[in-house]
Amino acid sequence: MDKPEKFIIDGIRLDGRKPDELRPMKIEVGVLNRADGSCYLEFGKNKVLAAVYGPREVHPRHMQKPTTAVVRFKYNMASFSVEERKRPGPDRRSIEVSKVSREAVEPMIFTEYFPKSAIDIFVEVLQADAGTRTAGINAASVALADASIPMRGLVSSCAVGKVDGELVLDLMKDEDNYGEADVPVAMTPDGEITLLQMDGNLTKEELKKAVEMATEGCKQIYKLQRDALIERYKKDLEEHKEEVELVEIIAESEETSIESTIDNTDESGGLNDE
Amino acid sequence: MNKRQIIIPGDVLSEDVSIAGDGTYVRDGKVYASLYGILSEHNKIRVVPLSGKYIPVRGDVIIGIVKEVTFSNWIVDIGSPYDGLLHISEYPRRINSENMSKHLKVGETILTQVKELDPMMKVELTMRDRRLKPIRSGRIFELSPSKIPRLIGHGGSMISLIKKETNCSIIAGENGRVWIDGGDCNIDFAIDAITKIEQESHIPGLTDRLSDFFEGAKTQENESDKEYEKESILDEILE
Repeated sequence: MDKPEKFIIDGIRLDGRKPDELRPMKIEVGVLNRADGSCYLEFGKNKVLAAVYGPREVHPRHMQKPTTAVVRFKYNMASFSVEERKRPGPDRRSIEVSKVSREAVEPMIFTEYFPKSAIDIFVEVLQADAGTRTAGINAASVALADASIPMRGLVSSCAVGKVDGELVLDLMKDEDNYGEADVPVAMTPDGEITLLQMDGNLTKEELKKAVEMATEGCKQIYKLQRDALIERYKKDLEEHKEEVELVEIIAESEETSIESTIDNTDESGGLNDE
Repeated sequence: MNKRQIIIPGDVLSEDVSIAGDGTYVRDGKVYASLYGILSEHNKIRVVPLSGKYIPVRGDVIIGIVKEVTFSNWIVDIGSPYDGLLHISEYPRRINSENMSKHLKVGETILTQVKELDPMMKVELTMRDRRLKPIRSGRIFELSPSKIPRLIGHGGSMISLIKKETNCSIIAGENGRVWIDGGDCNIDFAIDAITKIEQESHIPGLTDRLSDFFEGAKTQENESDKEYEKESILDEILE
């Protein structure tokens, strides 16, 4: 597509959104069997898959840290994810995206709980349409929660850009290609920023406004991430609503010592001591 | 209904710092969740995870697999990011260093206990207890370590139910490995029951559903017995 003459006509963008409107997002949790945590996320026309493995042993050994876990983030674009076939494998861009994405999620993880181990995050972009790094960060933080890795909270991320001299939330491809600026932001639910990049130029005031808009966008995304995680087990819980009264309290069963199970073994027979 | 509420990391659970339990952290005088799981309010406020890796804790009884024999230690895979070390002196009997691989070979499964754990996550194991021994019969079944408390049940109710119904001996290692053994017991049946627990552990009323599961299996068995009888009658007539 060539550069359109105008990006915003009567306050409506090319794809029919308002300037402060996000693209629709769909999140599915636990889609990969062999991963410890996983998430499939669609963000407009972006399609990304995130997988989390770990905590697990660190290979190569020299990377391991004696007091904390190492977090490794690998962002990769599939060769078919863009219109013109992309040469597969890491390139300068994807190495940079991996680095900033890792720095966006790492402060939220309690790495000190798992010394000498590694937490590996893989984000695979299946279809790209601007804002893949924000989509990747959103998917990764849901996948981390799914892997039951202790975290301070979920990270949410979205971009703000400038087209036709006006700030707009969450750029799509044409706005990104021909726009004047692109500012991806990632933040915690409290509004602490863990990622802030800028491609293009904004004035001081515009940047301030951009971060405010991104904060609003991240709040909406956080809600979607939350709902997706709750949705995964909610159905099961609702089907058995009437049984809730019969439930023995989890905590009590947790406190049960394993000793009792072992002591019973000898009575049940069939086992002889060596 | 709050009993089985699903919690997401970062949720505010309470303003009372003194009741913060597992799966939570405290910041600015508030208790936040650090895990994705189910809320449990019982003396302490806790978040019970639905999955996760096994992290050793001192005193845990676990099932390990020997993966290397060194000069004075067996290195044991304990299904965790960290390896277990079983020193020669922790073997039930006094043995010579040259004979180590005669007593426990690579690939052998052992029932062992976490003796000591340091902040560097060096896991020292022991087998110096009457109950701890190499496992040389039966089957090992693996499930998520977070489901083990559910398998044992309230006061051991769940595991004794399965033991009673299947006639198997079952030992659940804290690291998610379960040893099922017994003479003429139905190991497959026990594994079916454990699989059911793993899949439905977050749904209330699990013990009741498992009782139903065993009831259902019994009636099926009776029916198949009847069919078998019919067939044998048929055989007799044909003869």
